[in-house]
Amino acid sequence: MAEIATEIDRDKLLDIYTRTMKVNRTDEKFRELLMQGKVAVMYYCVRGQELVSAAAMAALKKDDYVVCTYRGQGEQTAKGIPIEKWWGECLGKATGTCKGKGGTMHITDPETGIMVTTGVVGSGLPIANGLAMASQNNGDGRVTLVSFGDGAANIGGFHEAMNMAQLYKLPVVFLCQNNRYGEHTAYADHTDTPKMSDRAAGYGMKGVTVDGNDVNQIYPAVKEAVDRARAGEGPTLVEATCYRMMGHFFGSDFSYMPEEHLAEMAAEDPLPKLRSVMLERQFTEEELDKIVADIDAEIEAAVQHALDAPLPDTNEIYKDVLEETA
Amino acid sequence: MAEITMTQALNLAIDEAMAEDDGVFCLGEDVAAKQGGGVFKVTSGLTEKYGEHRIRATPISETAIIGAAVGAALAGQRPIAEIMLMNFVGVCMDQIVNHAAKLRFMSGGQTPCPIVIRTTTGVGVGFGGQHSDMLEAWFAHVAGMHVVTPSNAADARGLMRSAIDANDPVVFIENILCYGLTSEDPGPGYRVPLGKAAVPKEGSDISLITYGRTVLDALEVAGELEKDGISVEVVDLRTIAPYDEETVLASVRKTGRALTLHEAVRPFGTGAEIAANIQEKCWDDLKGPVRRIGGTFSAVPFATHLEQAWIPTKDEIVGEIKAATGHA
Repeated sequence: MAEIATEIDRDKLLDIYTRTMKVNRTDEKFRELLMQGKVAVMYYCVRGQELVSAAAMAALKKDDYVVCTYRGQGEQTAKGIPIEKWWGECLGKATGTCKGKGGTMHITDPETGIMVTTGVVGSGLPIANGLAMASQNNGDGRVTLVSFGDGAANIGGFHEAMNMAQLYKLPVVFLCQNNRYGEHTAYADHTDTPKMSDRAAGYGMKGVTVDGNDVNQIYPAVKEAVDRARAGEGPTLVEATCYRMMGHFFGSDFSYMPEEHLAEMAAEDPLPKLRSVMLERQFTEEELDKIVADIDAEIEAAVQHALDAPLPDTNEIYKDVLEETA
Repeated sequence: MAEITMTQALNLAIDEAMAEDDGVFCLGEDVAAKQGGGVFKVTSGLTEKYGEHRIRATPISETAIIGAAVGAALAGQRPIAEIMLMNFVGVCMDQIVNHAAKLRFMSGGQTPCPIVIRTTTGVGVGFGGQHSDMLEAWFAHVAGMHVVTPSNAADARGLMRSAIDANDPVVFIENILCYGLTSEDPGPGYRVPLGKAAVPKEGSDISLITYGRTVLDALEVAGELEKDGISVEVVDLRTIAPYDEETVLASVRKTGRALTLHEAVRPFGTGAEIAANIQEKCWDDLKGPVRRIGGTFSAVPFATHLEQAWIPTKDEIVGEIKAATGHA
């Protein structure tokens, strides 16, 4: 695990806390709606991984690019996607980011830098290289961050992308959220490399593993990777260890997770840990609760807006196929 | 006007597009000056003009090549990605089909993906089963992209400019045996619109619908049959998908007969789609069933005589036309 160089400043810490809770409350709300049968869509829970996404997004600038996966709610809401549009898309409404044509697995919002959400494991890395290549070509100073899981590190595109990124010194950050499971398969059953970040050395790339449940590790690690990328020093593979506290997707069985794993997971929950850090840094319970209450109110309004929103016009199936059909 | 080869035509089109727009860049295996400007020299001389960032020689990593092209396109650039040989698209189909072709639609129109995927192939040079296939039907079956192939140097220049202009992915198929074909140079800025077929020979007895290298066979056969009193109209699709239905149907309504011809294997080929469409829309004009010629339904073989037996031959085309027109 990496050493912590400097303490995160208080404003940034508050920013990370706010983003983390936004991700968490969105996740809670989504599960509540699914449980109540108010919505019936595919949803990949992010419980347990909120801090990794929030800290990573807090390390980026507003116009930096992000590529994420179907389990991308954390990156999307933490990056600042307008939540009315986010909920609209997840509920398949005309008011969604993609007019209801992308859905939970394909959220796109270029205005906030959410460039691609892919439903195919590992496909985001090569695309992130391209976004970074454009920045390298036109000198716009942007950094691209691509988030993916430990499962994605075993597909060919991961290796092709890592090699190419290092070869060209692309301004890209590879954020591997090692949540210990690739779909239903535990890390030890799909990979024999002790740490995913060890693979970086094979490409001549800098690699680092940090505890994704510890804000004092995850934020500085991603920040350093982003700064290196922006300075033209090339890509970094940041492996953030964390836990996927639910099944692969909402409602799926996860009885395959052993008791010890569940216990370890509960002990490492990033939310109480983050709360302790906040209190240690002199934030009050009231302040923190107020943040959550405000987020809840905002989410409540956005969900209602999405529930009330119109369905996309049926003619949309013929539109946006080619430019001529736009 | 000077004569140019298809290789020169493609090079000129890319060169002028790069000169006009800083966002146009090439990437692919061996494409830069250090590697000789591409296996077939299409990008020759461009590194010297535009530098290594805009003529990027890549590792042998087709998924990374197309992925990078997709990402750069989303950021507003116009990448031209080379997949050295068409069979290698098997390595990167996810990036082409799940991403390049679908991102415009899945984002509700927010992220169009203007990339050109240049690729080479062709039967008749002894490359065997993994370097020769025409796989246009794979892409024609996917919504969200154009599939283009030129049959002559002038069209190559004009189609390439239009492909680079297009705001959607274009699979641009170059036939190895056509690189040396020459045309009168149509000059700078020349464009052949996508989705527009050509009728290089008019006729009244049968419409022979084809594209790419087999246009040459079609024209040769049409010339020979003229002597036997059979008037063949040759339609060169140029854009395979979405194809110029108007020109095809107008031709068939005029001649009353149709034969589709391609080098790709016949079953489930583009000829089947075109034939079905003609039969649905021109039934009352047809004097007989639409016929189809395609490659043999096996892997492309190596030995020269096997390869020649595999490929559609001029005798086969003559035979089908004579049978269709009652001259058998």
